Amino acid sequence: MDKAKKFKLFSIRGGVHPEDRKRLSAEQAIEPLPMPPLLHIPLQQHIGAPAEPLVRRGEMVKKGALLARSQGAISAPVHAPTSGRIMGIGGYPAHHVSGLSVRTITLKPDGREEWIDSLDPVAEPFSLAPEEIARRVAEAGIVGMGGATFPSAVKLNLRQRYRLHTLVINGAECEPYLTCDDRLMREQPGQVLDGVRLMARGLGVERVLFAIEDNKPAAQQAMRAAARDYPAVTVVGLPTRYPMGSEKHLVQTLTGRETPARGLTAELGIVVHNVATALAVYEALRHGRPLISRVMTVSGGAIRTPRNLRVPLGTPLSHLIDYCGGFTREPSRLISGGPMMGQPLPGTRVPVVKGSNGLLALTNEEVQGGREMPCIRCASCVQACPCGLVPLEMAAHIRAGSLDSSVRLGLLDCIACGSCAYVCPSHIPLVHCFNYAKGELAARQRAQHKQGETKRLAEARSARMEAAKQAKRAAMLKRKQEQEAKKASPTEAAPAETTPAENAQAEANP
Amino acid sequence: MTLKSPRSAPYTHARTSIGRTMGLVMLALLPATLFGFYQFGWPAMFLFASTLLAAVLAEALSLRLAGKPPRPFLLDGSALLTGWLLALTLPPWAPWWIGVVGSLLAIVIGKQMFGGIGQNLFNPAMVARVALLISFPLEMTLFTAPAPLFSAQAPGLVESLAITFGNPVGIDAVSSATTLGHFKTELGRGVSLDQAAAGTASLWQLIGGEAAGSLGETSALLILFGGLFLLYKRIITWHIPLAMLGTLALLASLFHLLDPDHYVGPLTHLMSGAAILGAFFIATDLVTSPVSLRGQLLFGAGCGLLVYVIRTWAGYPEGVAFAVMLMNACTPLIDHYLKPRIYGRDRKGEPLSYTEQAEKGGNA
Repeated sequence: MDKAKKFKLFSIRGGVHPEDRKRLSAEQAIEPLPMPPLLHIPLQQHIGAPAEPLVRRGEMVKKGALLARSQGAISAPVHAPTSGRIMGIGGYPAHHVSGLSVRTITLKPDGREEWIDSLDPVAEPFSLAPEEIARRVAEAGIVGMGGATFPSAVKLNLRQRYRLHTLVINGAECEPYLTCDDRLMREQPGQVLDGVRLMARGLGVERVLFAIEDNKPAAQQAMRAAARDYPAVTVVGLPTRYPMGSEKHLVQTLTGRETPARGLTAELGIVVHNVATALAVYEALRHGRPLISRVMTVSGGAIRTPRNLRVPLGTPLSHLIDYCGGFTREPSRLISGGPMMGQPLPGTRVPVVKGSNGLLALTNEEVQGGREMPCIRCASCVQACPCGLVPLEMAAHIRAGSLDSSVRLGLLDCIACGSCAYVCPSHIPLVHCFNYAKGELAARQRAQHKQGETKRLAEARSARMEAAKQAKRAAMLKRKQEQEAKKASPTEAAPAETTPAENAQAEANP
Repeated sequence: MTLKSPRSAPYTHARTSIGRTMGLVMLALLPATLFGFYQFGWPAMFLFASTLLAAVLAEALSLRLAGKPPRPFLLDGSALLTGWLLALTLPPWAPWWIGVVGSLLAIVIGKQMFGGIGQNLFNPAMVARVALLISFPLEMTLFTAPAPLFSAQAPGLVESLAITFGNPVGIDAVSSATTLGHFKTELGRGVSLDQAAAGTASLWQLIGGEAAGSLGETSALLILFGGLFLLYKRIITWHIPLAMLGTLALLASLFHLLDPDHYVGPLTHLMSGAAILGAFFIATDLVTSPVSLRGQLLFGAGCGLLVYVIRTWAGYPEGVAFAVMLMNACTPLIDHYLKPRIYGRDRKGEPLSYTEQAEKGGNA
């Protein structure tokens, strides 16, 4: 307690205080969700290359079996959430607003929950070398479970490129509604802390800052009690302000230092990991279990009984909603994640993936949509922006079609936290506007790259053709000269340089 | 299941709207306005009503011509606020058509011709006030001493109707110069400040609103309360008012100390005229002031400087409207050059570099 009181915090710019609505689910203990009749496990549940399937249709697999292996430097494998039969590998709607079909393994649980025999728990994981910890984390398919889904092992290996000194655990959970990390910290503080310390070992750092927002006093207390015997771990209370959980702003709050633009916090010697990721690391090292389930908050005004659930990956969202008593009324928005930065969902068929931390069914009153009006330049967005941008100006430039000038204004420094759109009295969908611009810029860049490549190839081809033509012309000329030389001096003997073999070759290639 | 068309987050919203913003500003103006009604009686109320009505009608007409939906734009309260601010800057016993012409100028020329709400470069109420002042100097400078409602010298209802809507000839209004106007005239004649001050309202009268002036110029105290309310509600920030009043007070103190005989002191500058109203309600107009806090400081300081220069050396006794409009014209430039520093970048926009202090570590 005293240690935390003394900890000096630094202020960040901007931010907002949305109504947190965590009380809907904060007192609901984590419940395991009953196994659904079918699991749809997408091969890409992470940033990077999709995993490569290793199973075939009709095959029986056990719980924890490797279904698809990681492919390339940034990727993660996918494991079987339970034992059962592979029904097929094919297209299934993605956990994405588009609902586009992505490669998905469909598994029919057999209800036996039989683990694989090759589980490889480590009795003394703290004796493992950092490389070995990272390897096991990679093999367990662990990705950033706060929603970013970046392969965790890649992050652990940052020690090879940067001089790291601190691991920050992000327990801010600053998004309204979400309580899954809160519940994990309250219910499994010991395991979470063990995972945290293992990650610190994997990173090769001594110091751990476990940051929890002050609106979760029970979680702070539980983690402080768990960390009492570990002086390297400091549990820090954070002021409750959105977006405190933004990695770069969290680091600034704790250290007063800003991460350079377009850079990583590792440049400051700091790596940030999420609470749920820590628990997954604990499971992987202590029990040898891969990442096959996660804790999610199902909440929102349209959900009958909001809950925190431990959900097998691949469970269709409709199964979660049914378990929570269904909808009390038609939701206005169905969202994956929190209301500030979450993604809209195309429907309830889509499966739970590694990055799903929340499923929210929001009513009209909660969404607080309003008619979009012209900007009145009130500068609320400027004051709310944690990144020091001028959102109103960026949006004006984007609407006028000048995307390049919006980039000069800092479009690519925007973290899409939504603070600007949240406070806008004119209800201008600023983040939507920025997302459009970012997407359009990426598309243009791709098109430009393609154009450049096409041009390069076309130029290379014409150069090649030209060279061939030149060669041919030169050969013809040479031959002509030789023939003329022959004609001009028939009396002379054949030139010593021209052997019969060469003549034959020249004739063969006219 | 029917869900709304996909749109990026956030899916929650602060309880803000243009209508709320405008409503809070009007609420902040209410005490000073009511007190003005009390001090200047029925004619002030009639003028106020005509001005606001004309503003709303002008807005409705313009929206119709522009083919915009009238309902959301009329209900946002911006036209009402523009009319309100304009009415506060008019002499309370001015004829009704001053208010109506002013509202037309404000809404049609000052606002809608630029493209409607949010698009205007200049504060519409100030556009109207300056145009009126130049076009109708007589009506715009004919101030009356306060005659509190129901007091002996206050005009009755019928008389008041005649003042606002009829031919005011024959009505013996107690015309009186504003404090700043009086100083300007007297100092211009070479009278020293001490002697000139004898004929003006005392500081307490200025603060309490017992001096001659427009509706919004009277009670500096109530306007100040309104301004503080806006600060508390975070509709405005402190930067513009403080920079403007601070600059004005600083310059006034400086010149008053250098030559106390010819330069009016800082308290009179702050408490008389439209300084407080201008600092909290006119210069802080959201649409026409800079968006960054540093820009707002510069903007406020510029307003303060210009107010002092115009009041002291130019031909008009009051300069808030001119000063604010001149600074309005600078707003795009200020916004272009003064931007907040982007996270992770230096002021020039280059990414921060930690190479020289990489060894230091973080908080430890």
